Amino acid sequence: MNKFWLTISFLILNIRAFAQEEVEMADQFRGEGKIYVVVAVILIILFGIFFTLIRLDKKITRLEKEVRNKEKE
Amino acid sequence: MNFLIRTNWWKWLTMFLLTYTVVGGLLFTVPRLPILNETIRNLHFHVPMWFGMIILFAFSVFHSVKYLSSKDLVQDLFSKELINVGVLFGILGIITGMIWANFTWGEPWSNDPKQNAAAVALLIYFAYMILRGSLSDDHQKARISAIYNIFAFAVLIPLLFILPRLTDSLHPGSGGNPGFNAYDLDSNLRLVFYPAVVGWTFLGSWIAGIMIRVSLYQFKKDSE
Repeated sequence: MNKFWLTISFLILNIRAFAQEEVEMADQFRGEGKIYVVVAVILIILFGIFFTLIRLDKKITRLEKEVRNKEKE
Repeated sequence: MNFLIRTNWWKWLTMFLLTYTVVGGLLFTVPRLPILNETIRNLHFHVPMWFGMIILFAFSVFHSVKYLSSKDLVQDLFSKELINVGVLFGILGIITGMIWANFTWGEPWSNDPKQNAAAVALLIYFAYMILRGSLSDDHQKARISAIYNIFAFAVLIPLLFILPRLTDSLHPGSGGNPGFNAYDLDSNLRLVFYPAVVGWTFLGSWIAGIMIRVSLYQFKKDSE
């Protein structure tokens, strides 16, 4: 039984060691707050696309209304 | 799928979800995985392209079936525009995939089974567009492309979901790999990934909706 627990605890230790293995991430980049610059740029582009889509949507709605009014005449 | 051209509320949801995707996708903590490093965040941008493509294609098949049963050319317009946007998503998916692969797998195109299958799938849909362009009679065009579309979708599913899993692939979910399960373990990724899929798919639906309405407008004008 002791052997069993020994194995289990080694396994758990192993998993923990694996989890803590140093993987290179952009920690410094984030720490300096530069990531917010990227977020801001992408968000502005995204909002620009949304704005254009809304305008297109409104335009085609207007055209549809014109067609409908013509059909009524 | 009349909601594409009749309702608006989901467009606000789209904008909200995509804003959330960008903010959450870039700022939330992610698992520290070797090889992938920080690029795991691509999960919220590259993968939804494919999800979006498949959902748009599925909508398109729905309208193809509807055309075949009703012979209503409006259904054909729906089907055509949904494929157009689906293919756009597919192209974006393959390009973003190549950029990601260049970093993680060392080269943009490593003849990975899923990469090849995705390329074949896109070629099938390019052929759909060429097929449409080569037919001039509206009803003939609609009927043949509807049937082609149903078969294309029937081929797409095994190409993307079954065949790559039978062999070794670099993609997760292939060759006995656990699919998304490995990532799914991390609830932080899931928190952004699922909204991202919905958001990007809705964005595709939005664009498709506008294109359908333009086509409908032209269609009405031509038939006057």
